[in-house]
Amino acid sequence: MKPAPFEYVRPDSLEETCALLAADDDARIIAGGQTLVPMLAMRLARPTRLVDILRLRELNGIREDGGAIVIGAATRQADAEGHSLVAARLPLLAKVLPWVGHPPTRNRGTVGGSIAHADPSAEIPLVSVTLGAEIVLRSEAGVEAMSADEFFIGPMVTAIPMGACLTEVRLPVWTAKRVGVGFHEISARRSDFAFVSAAAQVALDTAGTCTQCAIGVGGAGDRPVRFDGASAALVGTKLSNKDIEDAVNMDIGQLETMSDLHASADYRRRVAAVLACRAVGDARDSALGLSS
Amino acid sequence: MSAIAKLRYVSTPRRVREDRRFVAGHGRYVADIKAEGTLHVALVASPHAAARIVSIDASAALAMPGVHHVLTGEELAAGTDPLMNGLDTPEVRRYPLAVGQARYAGEWVAAVVADSRALAEDAAERVRISYEVLPYVLDAERALEPDSTPVHPGHGSNVLLDRTFVWGEVDKHFAESPYELSFRVIWGRSSTVPIETFGVLASWDPWRNMLEVWASIQMPKYSDQIARAVRLPANAVRVHQDVDVGGSYGVKRGIKQTVIVAYLSRRLGRPVRLIEDRLENMRAGDAHGPDRIFDVSVAFNAEGIIRSMKMRALDNVGAYAGRSPFQLGKPVGAIVGPYQIQSVQYRAVSVTTNKAAQEAVRGFGQAPTNYAIETAIDKVAEKLGLDRIEMRRRNFIRKEQFPYLIPSGSTYDSGDYHTVVAKVLDHVQWPALEQERDRLRAKGLLAGIGIAACLEPSGGNSSFEPLLNPKNTTTTWMDSCRINVDLLGDITVTIHTTSSGQGHETLAATVVGEVLEIDPDKIRIMRPDSLTSLPSNSPVGSRMAIMLGGAAFHAAHKLKRKLLRIAGHQFGLAGDQLVYAGGGIAARDGKRKLSWMDLVLIAHRHIHMMPPDTEPGLEASHIYQVPTGGILPTPDGRVQMYPCHSFEFHVILVAIDPDLGKPEIRRYVIGHDCGTVINPHIVKGMTLGGIAHGIGAALLEEFVYDEQGQMITQSFMDYLLPSSHEVPKVEIVHHCTPSPFTVLGQKGSGESGYLGAPAAISGAINDAIRPLGISVGKLPIRISALSDAVAAARAKSSVTS
Amino acid sequence: MKVELTVNGESRLTEVEPRKSLLDCLRDNFNLNGAHAGCEHGVCGACTVLVDGQPVRSCLMFAVQADGYAITTIEGLTPAPGELSVIQDAFCETHGMQCGYCTPAMVLTAHALLQRNAAPTREEIVESISGNICRCTGYGQIVEAIALAADRLSRANAPQGGAVR
Repeated sequence: MKPAPFEYVRPDSLEETCALLAADDDARIIAGGQTLVPMLAMRLARPTRLVDILRLRELNGIREDGGAIVIGAATRQADAEGHSLVAARLPLLAKVLPWVGHPPTRNRGTVGGSIAHADPSAEIPLVSVTLGAEIVLRSEAGVEAMSADEFFIGPMVTAIPMGACLTEVRLPVWTAKRVGVGFHEISARRSDFAFVSAAAQVALDTAGTCTQCAIGVGGAGDRPVRFDGASAALVGTKLSNKDIEDAVNMDIGQLETMSDLHASADYRRRVAAVLACRAVGDARDSALGLSS
Repeated sequence: MSAIAKLRYVSTPRRVREDRRFVAGHGRYVADIKAEGTLHVALVASPHAAARIVSIDASAALAMPGVHHVLTGEELAAGTDPLMNGLDTPEVRRYPLAVGQARYAGEWVAAVVADSRALAEDAAERVRISYEVLPYVLDAERALEPDSTPVHPGHGSNVLLDRTFVWGEVDKHFAESPYELSFRVIWGRSSTVPIETFGVLASWDPWRNMLEVWASIQMPKYSDQIARAVRLPANAVRVHQDVDVGGSYGVKRGIKQTVIVAYLSRRLGRPVRLIEDRLENMRAGDAHGPDRIFDVSVAFNAEGIIRSMKMRALDNVGAYAGRSPFQLGKPVGAIVGPYQIQSVQYRAVSVTTNKAAQEAVRGFGQAPTNYAIETAIDKVAEKLGLDRIEMRRRNFIRKEQFPYLIPSGSTYDSGDYHTVVAKVLDHVQWPALEQERDRLRAKGLLAGIGIAACLEPSGGNSSFEPLLNPKNTTTTWMDSCRINVDLLGDITVTIHTTSSGQGHETLAATVVGEVLEIDPDKIRIMRPDSLTSLPSNSPVGSRMAIMLGGAAFHAAHKLKRKLLRIAGHQFGLAGDQLVYAGGGIAARDGKRKLSWMDLVLIAHRHIHMMPPDTEPGLEASHIYQVPTGGILPTPDGRVQMYPCHSFEFHVILVAIDPDLGKPEIRRYVIGHDCGTVINPHIVKGMTLGGIAHGIGAALLEEFVYDEQGQMITQSFMDYLLPSSHEVPKVEIVHHCTPSPFTVLGQKGSGESGYLGAPAAISGAINDAIRPLGISVGKLPIRISALSDAVAAARAKSSVTS
Repeated sequence: MKVELTVNGESRLTEVEPRKSLLDCLRDNFNLNGAHAGCEHGVCGACTVLVDGQPVRSCLMFAVQADGYAITTIEGLTPAPGELSVIQDAFCETHGMQCGYCTPAMVLTAHALLQRNAAPTREEIVESISGNICRCTGYGQIVEAIALAADRLSRANAPQGGAVR
């Protein structure tokens, strides 16, 4: 299990990175390598050249900018996990990061890498879709941003154009005072890719009425999806368990689920509903200051 | 049993001496052994489940710089002999590389040799093979049908073995019993999957006519098989046994891999190594475990006493046979488990299919058999509305009945099952455990208690060979130990096999130290190569505590007897007038005494002081025959299989979120009785590790083939090994019923935990879902399948209510 | 390609193909055999080394990516030839291994855990080693070893005459 031969370059700037990508259609970006390297080892990916962006300063770091937390693509998952801005402003991301792979893979794996690989059951793409993140790309043609909804196309397939490099993800910050989050996933082993996962973030007013709601489901189909209908239906309610169940059931019918060795399509649909309800319930409870 | 009055070292929690090198990263595994000029092998795999090999064009591969050879099955078959078959099935020919026809997807068709492994992989991609795709069969029941495509046309059918044994009056007992029930359970194909794949380095020395072999091996008669296959005298094959093996638990047999590199090294005049990569290992390391369908009927009375059992075990061995069909034979020696079942009909059926070949896996077929037996016990209890533990108590062999002869001809050495059960129930506070289950149920969870009581036959004999192959008349499966005391009085003990984590160095040092009353830490353990070794049959069949322990014990006693003769000669006293203590010998009257060094000096330097007809020096060796072994099976297939029978009793609590279907083990308790424990750390580790492995087999691990015969769980992303999250804290309750057949009362523990865990987990899940009127009878129990069944049952009950 | 790596505090220059993993480089180029290949696709963890003190799978990192970091292998944890660290000794005390193949990675992972968390709970220990598959032990004696090491280290670090009992 040795990769096919490739060249290795480590550009000093994003500009140089884009030039390298533009010059060779078969070049590929490597950052943390936690998903790409197994594919190289099994020779499922055979780039001519690996362009290593892990150490590009422009792609590292977490900052707040215009109502969003901006995470550089090459920021390691472990660094995001321990970052105060993430903890304070992106509670949903903070909640899911411990579920991403194992501690050693988070030490190398990057936030951008997880998004760019677009595994349908990966947690960071799920949060990106749930919160309606904006994904920023750069190529020789310039900078381009697209919503997470447009970005994820299918299993391991994204809208990144040829020659472009994912540079950052902008995750919107909810400014409401009472924000709560919930996340559940089910997998054979705790650290495996999920058969199904669900994430939710809600905001409540002082009366406990829902003012904002986002629900996402991952792993069930070919990409993470957001339950916009359910979310809209829940705004204005007190998020009773019945409210949640009714709302989730509105969207679950449209969910396209897949069947494989590990889980049937029926299972994924059934459990997606269960986990979505639980995630919203947990989000409500945490917004109310109850433990979840 | 030669009792030692007071044990000094045996049964004390002394450190395991092997551990020091491992924690420092100084184990010496096969991949760590580097020989100048070594060439590396990568394999070309068949993409088809069955295909005729039309042609192989290696020219593009050979044209690459650094590529030395592309070995085809045809060339290898011309230069070597087929690998050994366990059964008498001469037309089921097996070569290390496919000859003429590939018989499973992933099977090795050619071996590429290059300067590095990466280069060999590059070249392997350029070997052009043209195939003619052939029909194939994957399912065991389909393979059994006369019109199924034979995997080996020369053999005529896919049936390798179909033998029915009847021990006792089965028909009469069934006819006389008021109740009977029948069921089917399926044991999915999984394996031990060590973290180190199989690896081997072979180097042919043409000036000494010697094939040097370093391998990650656990295989009886390995060097003999290699020699035979590569057509060398056995004394031209030198297997280095001082190689640490990174886990095996049965599967590291490596014959085909070794024949490939042995042949290549002779052909190319260079050292050649093959370290399987994970894909090669999973698809074609030929190391899968049993893949078995059980159809069981039991006859019983209203009290739940099971009088008779009929069992058909249909095993899908894959494309080639080797030793794997014997895994249907070994369980014959414990076919009634710990129960007084009076008669048994056992039909053992082994079929070939277009899946990868099987190899010996921990327990050699016993864990699946125990799963079937324990399922029967639970089902009878359910049918009669009896408590499952009471059901077991009523059927257990009682303490005073040992040694106990079971219908299939094996005698169980000893046991006290009722006491072990009582101790476990006391430890778990049984009523509290039931309350906890009911509390979980009241919370809306599915919760169940699982129980498994089963045996670990140990002391690994090979009686299943003559049982299933009349041409095989093997009646010994010995092991050995040699002790040498040097001029300075220091002790070196040799053991004659590789180890894969069982702590044999600690075992041998402890036993020799015990007998000689010398601190085991002062004893050196060495592993000579195969040519300078005494006979060993390697650590298979949970045998080394018994067999190496027995050999070490007897060798040490021989040495002690020699010391006593030397001392007696000096004192002019007979043996009964002498007292051996701490290595020195005193006259019983206390007036005269010789120290260890005095005796060593006499033996090494003063032949004039030695008793007449005594060899100089201080050395003793012992080749130990398996206790109770030595007898061929009767014509009706009764046989003494293994000498010793350890007992384990599992009680576990499982909770399942009914919406998600994921079983969580909330409590795991095991009562364990393996007689005298030689090293408590080692026995504990074996038991915990066996349970973890059992959790994998029950819930996670399976080699799955799709309809095209492609294996879809070939990486560790799909073949799921339990991590620290999946293995709960396990509580062990000890009991010791010494074996009367072994030197210290010890029994085996190398398979403990694994032999009962799958049965216990399955039992717990079935207890949890019983209120829904459903059950599961196939391992591994997948979350999704369980949840789908629960959902269907709930939907049905909501419709009917 | 030429690459200069800092391994166990020592700077080492070597020549590798870009496709060579850090694991293979440590083993082939530097003869540091304590990191082991188990799956070569990043699941089993037998190849774990520390990169700037954090456990990382050396099969998922190319040697050419590893310059500029402090790489620690099991060979770098041993205080002196024949001497064991407290953690290594604790693994011996509880027999936290059998075949030894996953052991160096487990010890390194434990080392990193105890560096950042001197008194881990059982759950934290279990989580920290969850990326390291052991096929022999069922993890029980490994968890015990790490807890024992934590206890011993905390005693060793307690002030003289401090309340260590």
